Amino acid sequence: MFLAQVHVTYKPSILDPQAEAIKNAMHRLEFNQVTAVQQGKYFEITLDVPTVQQAEKQIDAICDQLLANPNMETYRYQVKELANQ
Amino acid sequence: MMKFAVVSFPGSNCDEDLYYAITDGLHEAATVVPHTTTDLSDFDVVLIPGGFSYGDYLRSGAIAKFAPVMPAVKDFANTGKPVLGICNGFQILTEAGLLPGTLQHNQQMQFICEPEPLQVENNQTMFTSAFQDQQRITLPIAHGEGNYYCDEATLASLRENHQIAFTYRRNPNGSVSDIAGITNQAGNVLGMMPHPERAVEDIQGGTDGLLVFKSLVQAHLRTV
Repeated sequence: MFLAQVHVTYKPSILDPQAEAIKNAMHRLEFNQVTAVQQGKYFEITLDVPTVQQAEKQIDAICDQLLANPNMETYRYQVKELANQ
Repeated sequence: MMKFAVVSFPGSNCDEDLYYAITDGLHEAATVVPHTTTDLSDFDVVLIPGGFSYGDYLRSGAIAKFAPVMPAVKDFANTGKPVLGICNGFQILTEAGLLPGTLQHNQQMQFICEPEPLQVENNQTMFTSAFQDQQRITLPIAHGEGNYYCDEATLASLRENHQIAFTYRRNPNGSVSDIAGITNQAGNVLGMMPHPERAVEDIQGGTDGLLVFKSLVQAHLRTV
């Protein structure tokens, strides 16, 4: 069993109005040292496959087909082997 | 009579409005078909309505693109017959790859619900032939994610192929190049954020939307 921890974020070229609004709120709270905020989505996906290579292959496909929109988003992940239960 | 299919997904909420616009506004035949439909070949037009399909979970349109009906929508589009996606329907068509680009969150983080001044950029499509060239019209918009985005190369090809059907006259949401509606390269798939089905009777504040559907009737008459 493997656990994939996946982050999906906007590409740097994409304006993220939610992150801008969050940054402005931080400034209103007087965290004036905050210079940039990026917001994203986080997924934990558990897979029952024999090897890490197979886990990565499936996570790539899942991200490409579903979790990320390639027009505006990018993704990164790490895969950990889970101890047998 | 022309046969319009209105595809209803879990969370669609403009399906009944479209049904009403086609039957009572246009006086043609409409059927609301569920997202589990696998064959649309009996219809003349497929309409993908607005709303919040699958709760807009993940991204608007991201789950709907895998609905059982979507292969039938793609097959239908491949035959050259018209497919019109409105609002969430536009978002679904971009996610499904039937139209280029993406609808992002509005630039100013507001859900906008207003009558919106638009311009018909191309009246040579099967969705816009009843309009005058460069006609100024008003249609309601109602969206939080209507900010059309595509990269420079895609925008250049949209322009070159005259795929920009409608633009905003005062950009309400940050859309690239004021884009409110685009067609695919073949010209038989249109996605638009404004709601023509909410402007088919005077009591709704205007009837400019009816011309979108009248254009489809004109296009159909040319094929029979």
